[in-house]
Amino acid sequence: MSWLEVAALAVGTFLIRLSGPFLRGRVEVTDRVETILRRSATVVLAALVATSAVLVDGAWAGWALPAGVLVGGVLAWRKAPLALVVVAAAGTTALLRLAGVA
Amino acid sequence: MFARLTGLVGRDLLRDTIAYSVGIAVAGASFGALATAQGLQWWTTMAVSVLVYAGTAQFAALGVAASGGGPLAVVATGLVLNLRHVPYGLSVGHLYWDRWWTRLLGTQNLLDTTTAFALAEGDDLRRAKIAYWTTGAGNAIAWIAGNLAGIAAGRQIASPEAFGLDAALPAIILALVLPALRDRSTLLACAVGAAIALATSPFLTGGLPVLLALAGLAFAWPPKEPEEAQR
Repeated sequence: MSWLEVAALAVGTFLIRLSGPFLRGRVEVTDRVETILRRSATVVLAALVATSAVLVDGAWAGWALPAGVLVGGVLAWRKAPLALVVVAAAGTTALLRLAGVA
Repeated sequence: MFARLTGLVGRDLLRDTIAYSVGIAVAGASFGALATAQGLQWWTTMAVSVLVYAGTAQFAALGVAASGGGPLAVVATGLVLNLRHVPYGLSVGHLYWDRWWTRLLGTQNLLDTTTAFALAEGDDLRRAKIAYWTTGAGNAIAWIAGNLAGIAAGRQIASPEAFGLDAALPAIILALVLPALRDRSTLLACAVGAAIALATSPFLTGGLPVLLALAGLAFAWPPKEPEEAQR
């Protein structure tokens, strides 16, 4: 990567990050708007979880990856601490891969 | 000093931050190693990590550059992937919009995980701020330290996939989002949104499908009053 690419990525990313609070300052944020904004971010995060759990570069990721995320998700649902969620998710996927499951 | 930190931040959040940061450090190491293996000078790698500071976009841009993509493709790939930070900034931007330097640092600190950690605190503004900055500090230290370790180790570091790290990060975000899904409307919007993102992923460049997921909001319209909608 050249310096020009790095600079363009850095400036562009900063402006993208800046646009959220900037737009927020332009509208009156009522409780209802707050609910919508918060829900929007949650929807994007959930979609990110779904896509990064089952797809790699737009194609099926294989069973090891979604299995790990699922194990982590079930533990989180059972109110397990985040450290356990992390270790269990990564461990499940790593062990499945070690066993030859894609 | 450590006791005071624990008192302010809270034991649970501190423990979660450490657990999460360990994962980020390994990811950072693999980025440092990968960039070095592809011929990037150490200072270029660090400049990318500090200035762009967005893991997914960094890996993707590096991948496009490695496969012979031109400057336009490299930059476009990274920026499109980062567009999801717009709704993040809209939802948590007020948490750091105080002084010029908190705005500057807070803007750079806007990530999938810092947003998710802040949102997981619900209506408590003070706790949301603490979560945003604490997890952000952990992320920054771990990412930079990991990068340096990866650069030093060069090619010897295995891919993050070998550690199952690609499962850990979605699992963390899932864990943080789960409480919000107890609200039926949010759950419906998320389910429809995720389905849209999955269905469009094979046809669209990375970053766009998760934004199309926002169409799922239409299924939770009109939004209920906040008293009912929260948690």
